[in-house]
Amino acid sequence: MHRYIIKRLLLMIPVIIGVSFLVFFIMDLAPGDAVDILAPEGATAEDLEAIRHDLGLDQPVIVRYVKYMGGMLHGDMGVSYVSKTDVFDTYMEKLPATIKLSFASILVSILLSVPLGIYSATRQGTVQDNISMIVAMIGLSMPNFWLGLLLIIVFSLNLGWFPSGGDQTLSSIVLPAITIGTGLMATLTRTTRSSMLDVLKQEYLRTARAKGIPEKIVITSHALRNALIPIITIIGTQLAGVLGGSVLTETVFAWPGVGRLIVDSLNMRDTPLVTGSIIMTTILLSIILLLVDLLYAVVDPRIKAQYVAKRGKKKHG
Amino acid sequence: MEEQKDMVLEVENLNVKFVMEEETVEAVNNISLHIKKGETLGLVGETGAGKTTTALSIMRLVDSPPGVLECDKLEVCGQDVMGMSITELEHIRGGLVSMIFQDPMTSLNPVFTVGQQIAESLERHEHLNKNDAWKKAEDMLELVGIPRERAIEYPHQFSGGMKQRVIIAIALACSPQLLIADEPTTALDVTIQAQILQLMRELKQKKDTSMIMITHDLGIVAETCDRVAVMYAGKIIEEGNLEEVFNHTLHPYTEGLFNSLPNIKNRRSKLEPIRGLMPDPTNLPRGCAFAPRCNYATDACRERRPELVSFGGTHKAACLAYENPDFHIERGKKNG
Amino acid sequence: MAKTVEANVPRKARSQMGEVWHQFRRNKGAMVGSAIVLIIVFVALFADVFLDYDTQVVGQNVAERLQWPSARHWFGTDELGRDIFFRVLYGTRFSCSVGLVAVTIGLVIGVTLGAIAGFYGGTLEEVIMRSTDILGAVPNMLMAIVIVSVLGQSIWNLMLAVGITSVPQFVRITRAAVLTVRNQEYVEASKAIGLSNRRIIFKHILPNCLSPIIVQATLRVASAIISASSLSFLGLGVPAPSPEWGALLSGGRKYIRDYSYMTLFPGLAIMITVLALNMMGDGLRDSLDPKLKK
Repeated sequence: MHRYIIKRLLLMIPVIIGVSFLVFFIMDLAPGDAVDILAPEGATAEDLEAIRHDLGLDQPVIVRYVKYMGGMLHGDMGVSYVSKTDVFDTYMEKLPATIKLSFASILVSILLSVPLGIYSATRQGTVQDNISMIVAMIGLSMPNFWLGLLLIIVFSLNLGWFPSGGDQTLSSIVLPAITIGTGLMATLTRTTRSSMLDVLKQEYLRTARAKGIPEKIVITSHALRNALIPIITIIGTQLAGVLGGSVLTETVFAWPGVGRLIVDSLNMRDTPLVTGSIIMTTILLSIILLLVDLLYAVVDPRIKAQYVAKRGKKKHG
Repeated sequence: MEEQKDMVLEVENLNVKFVMEEETVEAVNNISLHIKKGETLGLVGETGAGKTTTALSIMRLVDSPPGVLECDKLEVCGQDVMGMSITELEHIRGGLVSMIFQDPMTSLNPVFTVGQQIAESLERHEHLNKNDAWKKAEDMLELVGIPRERAIEYPHQFSGGMKQRVIIAIALACSPQLLIADEPTTALDVTIQAQILQLMRELKQKKDTSMIMITHDLGIVAETCDRVAVMYAGKIIEEGNLEEVFNHTLHPYTEGLFNSLPNIKNRRSKLEPIRGLMPDPTNLPRGCAFAPRCNYATDACRERRPELVSFGGTHKAACLAYENPDFHIERGKKNG
Repeated sequence: MAKTVEANVPRKARSQMGEVWHQFRRNKGAMVGSAIVLIIVFVALFADVFLDYDTQVVGQNVAERLQWPSARHWFGTDELGRDIFFRVLYGTRFSCSVGLVAVTIGLVIGVTLGAIAGFYGGTLEEVIMRSTDILGAVPNMLMAIVIVSVLGQSIWNLMLAVGITSVPQFVRITRAAVLTVRNQEYVEASKAIGLSNRRIIFKHILPNCLSPIIVQATLRVASAIISASSLSFLGLGVPAPSPEWGALLSGGRKYIRDYSYMTLFPGLAIMITVLALNMMGDGLRDSLDPKLKK
């Protein structure tokens, strides 16, 4: 098992190098650089050149990239052009808000989708099944930011139940979490439904029923535990997606998270901050996907047995 | 009256249909079954004859929809199963009646330990607390010949035969009055089959359980059963005690089953398989369902459906050919 | 008996496409979705026949600014007095063409790379798949934002950005499909008779991998429309005053407190379009993928 984890962690390295390379070079293609934004009004060409030199921007891109990666090796992700703060620190400052929102959204998604998926699966082909699936699909079809705006109109501006933005009180998270959660619902509901449909055909459920286990427990315990793996996979990828990509919702709700950090720093052409934030996000996502894989072993004893068997084989061989 | 008390299972005129969009499968047609305490009934027939559906109906486990169950009487130990609420049903399932399924590989839940799976029904039916149920589950494992330490293992860590032992342990955990064994050994190796049958026989005697043994293997019937009912296309076509059905076979289909068995004593004797296939259950013939495959079939057989009639003793058969008093089947002649 | 015969024989006689169509037609959601998609495509194609772009869509009319929906202006008017109904109708053109072109870009690049990876294998496959992993590791929305902000704000860059982010999925799906087809006998046979690799890929392999690609493309148009409107909403999409739906929403956001109708209608247009495409894509998947049939 450890061997597997280490292998997965090592496989992340080329991806991280690739992503940083990609982002670094795309940023370099951009017309205009941080100097234009940083320079005081009426600066002379020499002034600009001086600032450029200070930032190291007069060097060729490949030199800058190698330097940058050299710094990465020592855990130094550079300094923001604009705020002059450490990139890693700046990212970490914004991360908790994004993590908080991501987990809240996933929670909303799970609470809505898993029961709905189970409900549909146990009533396969009925009107209720079809309606549930359409409801879930409507969730997928609404642009996030639009749903966010609608929620603000209704629950914030008209009813005044929740704040329309920021992250001051506990209730601030409700509307953005519902916004993102609803968007995730369709996929998770559908996955839950199809995974449950597979499991509902299994004979061990008949064994459970023949033991006199009430139908409710047959479904929520015996069947659901077996249906969990695809469900967990989707939850994991969704968590990764939300952590990396709730830019829109963060913008609509003025949520002080990583998504807005990246958009803002892009507008400032703050290359180190953009590059660093995207690399950090990518690393974070890879780790989450790894954790999801490991979770399988907890859910399904057969998969755990496979890990152990692999290790055993290697020992002997 | 005396006999009434002794009855573990009484089924009168059971019909099961599966109503689908385009067609209706008549899976079980007018079946009546009676089982006394301690008795074992063999339910014999080809795949698709409706044996499993009959068994599932007794616990009302037939999926509905599409299954539609109709019955004049369905009583287990004097309790009216047809009139039961879901909660009452859950009470008798695994308590009064339990079932062993055909394929041990797929009948155990892969994500629970075998101990959990046995203890679960003990907690439910015998109202034991978690610890006591677990201990009793371990006892049950030992009873079926599995070391108690293995209770914490998962089904994938057991072989097929071992799994079937676990399933037997689950089925017998709450000392049911009636045990339904649906082809319990079909999926197992021959050597394991014998062990499992031996085990079931012992346990049945120990606990004085009545049993329905569903099988297509006449050898298993001869070894384990007191009485036999032969099913064909959802109907019982011959019924009686072991001696009556085996030695004084009446129905041409039962004869066909015997003729399909290889004879070790006389290896030169030719196998005589029954020709053709069972009729489509969505579309049963107007007359006797076996008529298209029957060597003795007359025009009457193709027109009318035969009723199960008594031939003396407990022996019954459903065959119109016997309306001709001189009729007898080949095998009957041979055996005298 | 007669009934089963009737039901069975024509089914066997139907061609593969006929069978797919038969399955698809039975799916009510898919049919409704397709009908809506057809209407939307019609509106997109002929918007300029009904509407005069310069006067009705972008022409300002300050006298009638910020009017709530009425018989005269079905969806109300915006802060410059433009009729939102007309703008939404005309916006169909922008949103649909962005979705379509973006997916075409992703499809062409992705399918080509995926087919090459699947067919040739080896180092080439390794390089393509690892690059795909890298591109796929960056969240789509972030990648699209980076690309547009670097290339500059224009409808073409928007299409390009959304298209590039959909490449990884097309690569993976195509490769997977090609791998299953590659070793089948008719492909072996084409190799044996000496057909060129390019001919084998395009004539023999890809046509047999079409189902998952078609389904993916349909569903991708739906998500591309959302991505594009998201970028426009952030101010990175189609420049003003073009009535792209995301841009309309972005414009309405400023007036959300008092003129919420400006936010409602463009979003509704996106939702209906995307929902219709999703229902159609789902129906396609169910009828094209025999594994999902019950």
